[in-house]
Amino acid sequence: MNSEKIIETTKLTKAFGSFKAVNEITFDVKKGEIFGFLGANGAGKSTAMKMLTGLLSPTSGEATVAGFDVFTQQEKIKKNIGYMSQKFSLYDDLSLLENIKFFGGIYGLSKEQLNERGTAMIERLGLSDVSHKLLKEVPLGWKQKIAFSVATLHQPKIVFLDEPTGGVDPITRRQFWEMIYEAADNGTTVFVTTHYMDEAEYCNRISMMVDGRIAGYGSPKELKADFKSDNMDEVFVKIARGENYKIQ
Amino acid sequence: MSALKFILQKEFKQIFRDKGMLPIIFVMPIMQLMVLSFAATFDVKNIQLEVVDRDHSQLSQSLIEKYVASEYFNLVHFKHATDTKGTSLQEGSVNISLEIPNDFEKNIMQKTPVTLSAKVNAIDGMTAGISASYAQSIIQEFREEFVKANIGLFEQQNTPFEINFSMQNWYNATLDYKFYMVPGLLVLLVSMIGMFLTSMNIVKEKEIGTIEQLNVTPITKGEFIIGKVLPFWCIGMFVLSLGLTIAKLVFSVPMQGPIYLIFLFAMLYLFVVLGIGLFISTLADTQQQSMFIAWFFMVIFVLLSGMFTPIENMPVWAQKITLLNPFRYFIEVMRSVLLKGATWDDVKMNFFIIGIYAIVINTMSVLAYRKTNG
Ligand SMILES: Nc1ncnc2c1ncn2[C@@H]1O[C@H](COP(=O)(O)OP(=O)(O)OP(=O)(O)O)[C@@H](O)[C@H]1O
Ligand SMILES: [Mg+2]
Repeated sequence: MNSEKIIETTKLTKAFGSFKAVNEITFDVKKGEIFGFLGANGAGKSTAMKMLTGLLSPTSGEATVAGFDVFTQQEKIKKNIGYMSQKFSLYDDLSLLENIKFFGGIYGLSKEQLNERGTAMIERLGLSDVSHKLLKEVPLGWKQKIAFSVATLHQPKIVFLDEPTGGVDPITRRQFWEMIYEAADNGTTVFVTTHYMDEAEYCNRISMMVDGRIAGYGSPKELKADFKSDNMDEVFVKIARGENYKIQ
Repeated sequence: MSALKFILQKEFKQIFRDKGMLPIIFVMPIMQLMVLSFAATFDVKNIQLEVVDRDHSQLSQSLIEKYVASEYFNLVHFKHATDTKGTSLQEGSVNISLEIPNDFEKNIMQKTPVTLSAKVNAIDGMTAGISASYAQSIIQEFREEFVKANIGLFEQQNTPFEINFSMQNWYNATLDYKFYMVPGLLVLLVSMIGMFLTSMNIVKEKEIGTIEQLNVTPITKGEFIIGKVLPFWCIGMFVLSLGLTIAKLVFSVPMQGPIYLIFLFAMLYLFVVLGIGLFISTLADTQQQSMFIAWFFMVIFVLLSGMFTPIENMPVWAQKITLLNPFRYFIEVMRSVLLKGATWDDVKMNFFIIGIYAIVINTMSVLAYRKTNG
C-alpha cells in the first residue's frame, strides 16, 4: 500500500429533492487499501457508491475516481472499476460460464484471456461441476463469490462491493473475505460497504455514515481509541447515538 | 464494437431460453390469423341497394332483376338516367350504389368491355367489403348466364365479353373481407413484437437490477441499444414472413405487387416500432408500467390506422392525426402492394416518411436512455 489517493471526495452531496441522501462527505481512499464504508440502513452508503461508480450524478461537491472526475468522466471511470451491487445482478438464466463470457467480453477481454481467466476462476471457486448450470440453480453463498469474481475478471484498479456478504453464512463470509484479501494483495483497491462490525476490523480504514454524513473516519484502531471502545460494535453504537460526533 | 457481439449472443440465448417466448413467436401469428378467418365469414344480408340505370335496356333490366331476386339485396332506390346524383349514400340509407352506364346493352352485344361502377358506403368496413363481393358475384353470374344463353353469339370469339366492376371508396372490391384484414393484422403482429417485447425486455433488466451491472461497464449506449433491438428486429422479420406465408397458403391472399417491397418496408418500419418500445422502456420502471404504456399507444395506433375504419371516413381532425401514425403507413403499403399491385413509385412516399420517423424516434430514445441517472 502506498499513499497515492485513488479516490478523493470533497463535500460530495446527493440530494433527492430536498432530502440529502449523501450530505457533504469528504474522504479519500489510498491505492491498494481495503476501505470499509459502514452505516445503518438508509445511511446513504449505496447512494455514495453509485456516485463514485458513475451510476448516479452527484448534486454538488467534488470527487475523482482513478484520476477521473465523477461529474464529467463517468465513462472513463467505468473502464477502471469493477462493481458488485447490493442486489445480485448477474444473469440468472445464463450459466456461470456464459456470465463470465458475457461480462468479460463487454470489458473487452480477448478470447484467450476469457478462457484462461474463466477456467482459473472456476477452479479457484471449486465450481467446475456447476459451471454449465444456470445461476438460478446455484445457492446464494456461491452466487456472491461468483459475482465478486466476475466483478474482478477484467482486473480493475478498484472494485466496489455493496454489502457483498448480506445474508450469507459465517463460513462463506470468511471465504469471501479471503477473496477480498487476495484481490488487495494483487494491488486492487477494495471499497466495501457492510453492516457487520466484525468485518470492519478486516479493513485498513473505514468511514462510518450516519444520515448522509461521515461521523467517523480512520483505521479501526484509531476509531476504537477515539471512542474509547473495545470493539467496533461499541464504536458504531456510540456514533449512531450521536455521542462524541467526530468529523474529520 | 466487439461488445456488441457478446450482447447479441446473450440476448438470443435468453430469448430462446424464455419458455413464454416461442409461443409468442410461433403461435400468436397463427392464432390471430385463424381467429380472423372465423370473423370474416359473417354473412351480410339486407344490403340496401341503389341502382342508377342510365341504359334502360332489356339487358340492364334483367341485371337489376337478378339483384332483386337475390336474398342479399334490397332495392331501395331506383334512379333514372336523368336524375342528378343523389346523396342517399352519404346519408347512409344505402349501402351500395350501382351505376349502369348508357350503351350497356349495345356494348355487350358488340363485345366492347363494359364498366359498371359501384359506390360502397365504407363506414362499416366489414359490411362494405362483403356487400361489394356479393354485388360482384351477381355480376359474374349474370355474365356467365348471358354467355350460356347466347352461345351462338360468342362461340367463335376468342375474347369473351367483359364486364368490369369498378369500385369507388373501396379498392378491395373484388376481394374478400379477410383479404382486406390480413394485411392489417400482419402489421399489428409485427408492431406488437416491436413495442411490447423490446420494452418489456429492457424493463425486466431494470426490475432484476442487471441493468445497473451493465451501466457500470464501459459498454456504449449504441452497443446496448443495438444489442437489445436487433434480436427483436430479426424476430419481427421472421413473424412477418411466417404471417405472409400463412396468408398466402391458408387464406390465398393475393399478392399482386412485388413482395420485396413489403420486406424492405418492414425492415425500416421495425426500427420505428422498436424505437417506440425503447422509448417506453425509458419511461417505465416495471414491466406492468411498460405494458400499460405500450397498450395505450397500441390502441391509439390501431384505431387511427385505417385498419378497421377507412381513413377517408374519419372526421378531418382524426385524419390529420393518422398522419403521425406509423401503423397507417405500413398498412397502406401492405394493402396496396398485396391487393392493388402497387410498385415502388406508389409507395416511395411511405418509405420516406417512415424513414424520417425511424430517425426521429430512435434519436429520441437514445437521448432518453441514460447510463448515469439524475
Ligand atoms: N432514487 C432515490 N430517490 C429518492 N430517495 C432515494 C433514492 N435512492 C435512495 N434514496 C434514499 O436515500 C437514503 C439512502 O439510501 P441508500 O440506499 O444509499 O442507503 P444505504 O446506506 O445503502 O442503506 P442500506 O443499508 O439499506 O443499503 C434512503 O433514505 C433512501 O430511501
Ligand atoms: Mg445500500
